[in-house]
Amino acid sequence: MLRLATKLNLLLALCFAGMTAASAQQNPPANAELLKRGEYLARAGDCIACHTAPEGKTFAGGLPMKTPFGTLFTSNITPDPQTGIGTWTSDQFYRMMHDGRFPDGGLVYPAMPFGSYTKVTREDSDAIFAFLRSVPPVKQANKPHELTFPFNNRSLILGWRTLFFNEGEFKPDPTKSAEWNRGAYLVEGLGHCGMCHTAINALGGSSESQAFEGGLIPMQYWYAPSLTSNKEAGLGEWSIQEIVDYLRTGVSARGAVYGPMAEVVYNSLQYLNDEDIRAMAVYLKGLAQGSSPDKPPPAIPSAESSLLLSLGKQIYDRDCASCHGATGLGMPPHYPPLAGNQSIQMSSAVNAIRMVLNGGYPPGTAGNPMPYGMPPFAQRLSDDEVAAVVTYIRTSWGNRGGPVAARQANELRTATLK
Amino acid sequence: MAARVLACASCHGAQGEGTSDVYFPRLAGKPAGYLYNQLVAFRDGRRKYPPMNYLLEFLPDEYLKKMAEYFASLRPPFPETAIPTVSDAILARGESIVKHGDTQRGIPPCASCHGPSFGGMEPAIPGLLGLRASYISAQLGGWRYGTRTAAAPDCMQIVASLLTEDDVKAVAAYLSSRPAPADPSFAPQGSLPMPLACGSEPR
Repeated sequence: MLRLATKLNLLLALCFAGMTAASAQQNPPANAELLKRGEYLARAGDCIACHTAPEGKTFAGGLPMKTPFGTLFTSNITPDPQTGIGTWTSDQFYRMMHDGRFPDGGLVYPAMPFGSYTKVTREDSDAIFAFLRSVPPVKQANKPHELTFPFNNRSLILGWRTLFFNEGEFKPDPTKSAEWNRGAYLVEGLGHCGMCHTAINALGGSSESQAFEGGLIPMQYWYAPSLTSNKEAGLGEWSIQEIVDYLRTGVSARGAVYGPMAEVVYNSLQYLNDEDIRAMAVYLKGLAQGSSPDKPPPAIPSAESSLLLSLGKQIYDRDCASCHGATGLGMPPHYPPLAGNQSIQMSSAVNAIRMVLNGGYPPGTAGNPMPYGMPPFAQRLSDDEVAAVVTYIRTSWGNRGGPVAARQANELRTATLK
Repeated sequence: MAARVLACASCHGAQGEGTSDVYFPRLAGKPAGYLYNQLVAFRDGRRKYPPMNYLLEFLPDEYLKKMAEYFASLRPPFPETAIPTVSDAILARGESIVKHGDTQRGIPPCASCHGPSFGGMEPAIPGLLGLRASYISAQLGGWRYGTRTAAAPDCMQIVASLLTEDDVKAVAAYLSSRPAPADPSFAPQGSLPMPLACGSEPR
C-alpha cells in the first residue's frame, strides 16, 4: 500500500514536472527585476482600479462598470487556470492589449482601454504579463455582462472598431525630446488618459481628431476637462513642478484632484517615479495650445443676477471664505485657490456644482498622506443657494465663468456618487 | 487634526458631537476601533451612504485610523436629552429590553455588550448615548433588513433579527431619553461578559 502511494506520488510529481516544463517553455521564468518592472507598468496602466472589486481579491475582477449600454463586469486577471488568465501565453496577452482580442479571437468590449494600450510596446506588455502571472491566483468565475439589446451582440464591436480603433504601437516623434516622447507614451498608452479626457459620443467612441479635448464622462456626471485648452485643464500656464505635484500627490499650488481623477492618482500616478511623472508633465504642458484665457467681459449685472450674486457672496462669506479666503486666494496646497482656478471657470459648471454639493477629499498619497477635506453642502444649501454661490465663485475675482441656474444644481443632486 | 476633518463637521459637528439633523450620529467618545471599522466599511462600500462612501473612497487605512482616534479622544458635552414622544408603557418596554433582554426570545440585554451605562467597550463596541431615536431605529432597521452588516459572526444582525418593529421603537425611544452619563468613557477591552461572539470585537 505504502509503495503504491509512493508510486502514485512519483507519478504525480512527474506530471507536475512535465506541466511546469511545458508552461516554462511557453512563458519563460521571470526574474525579480522583470517582475518589478511589470508591477510598476501595471500601476502606470491602473489595472487594479477596474480589475479589483470593492472588498474583493486583488485582480480577481467582478467590478461592475455602468455604461449607457448596460453593466459590464471586469474580468479575473489572476493566473488561475480555470477562471483567470493562467493558461494564456505572452503572445495572447499582447494580442489582447494590442488588438483587443481574446485568445480565441473573440472581441473585447472597449471598456477595456485597448484603444490606448495598443500603443504599449511588446516588451512592456510582456513585463506586465510576467507580473500578473506572479500574483496569487484567485478562483473566481467572471460574471456575465448585463447589456441591453442590441449591445449584447458582440459582433457590434466590429463596427465600433472600424470607426474608433487605430491599432499600432507608439511611434516616437524624432523632432521632440526623449522626455517628451516618454511622457507621450505614458499619457497616450498605459495612462489611457484619453478614455476620459476625450469626448465620448453616442456610440461610445471617441474620435482621434478630438483627442484630449474633454467631455462629460457618461454615467459618472463629472466633466473631464480639455487638456488642450488653457481655458479648461490645459496645463500650458502651470509650471512643471505644479503639474508634477498635482499628478503625484493629488494637491498643488493650482488646485487639487477630485472626482474620477482622485482615483487615478490614488491607484496609479502616486506610484510612478520622478522621471516618468516629470515626462508626463512635460508632454501635458506641451499639449495645451492657444492663448491664455480671455479677460472677463465687463460685467453689467441685471437686477436678477445682481440679486443672485449678493446671495452668493453672503453664502460664500459664511461657508467658504474661512478656507478659500475672502478673495478666493485659498491657502495652497491644502485649501485650493478659487480665483483664477481653471477648473471653476470652464464652460461646463458640472464640476464646480458637484464640489459644492458633495465636497470631497483629495486622495491620501505617499506625498500627502493626510489630506484636508471639503464638507458636502448638499444637505445644507437649497438649489437656489448652490446656484448663487457657484455663480458668485465663477464670476468673482477676475473669474470668467458663466452663471449657474438652480435647475442645474437640482439635476446634479441625484448624480451617482459611487 | 481638527482642520483635516473639517469635512466631517457640517454633519457631525466640529467636535463630533452631532448636529441638529437626527440621522447624523455623534462620533465623539466612541471607541476608535468602532469608528475605524465604520470608516473602512463606508470607504469600501459595505456600509452604504453615498455622501460618506464618496468622501472616504480614496483615503488610506492609516489616515482613517488617525481620524478614528481623533474623534474617540474627544469629549464634547452631550446634547440635551430628548423628551420622549412615546407612552410610558413603550419606554418601560424599551428599558426592559435594554437592561434585561428577553430571555424567552433569546434577546440579550444591550447592556451586556454596550456596558451598564451604555458607554461601549474597547476596541469596537460603540456607546449608545447622545444618539437620537431616529438614528438608533434606522440602524437597528438596517441590521434587521441586512442593509447594514459587519464582520462575521455579525452579532448585531443576529440580535436585531430577533427584534420586532415595536421592540426597535421602544429601544430607540428609551436610549435616546437617557441623560448624559456621569463618566462618558468606554469600558476597557474584555471587561464586559458579551453573551455572543462578534467578528468586530476580539475576545
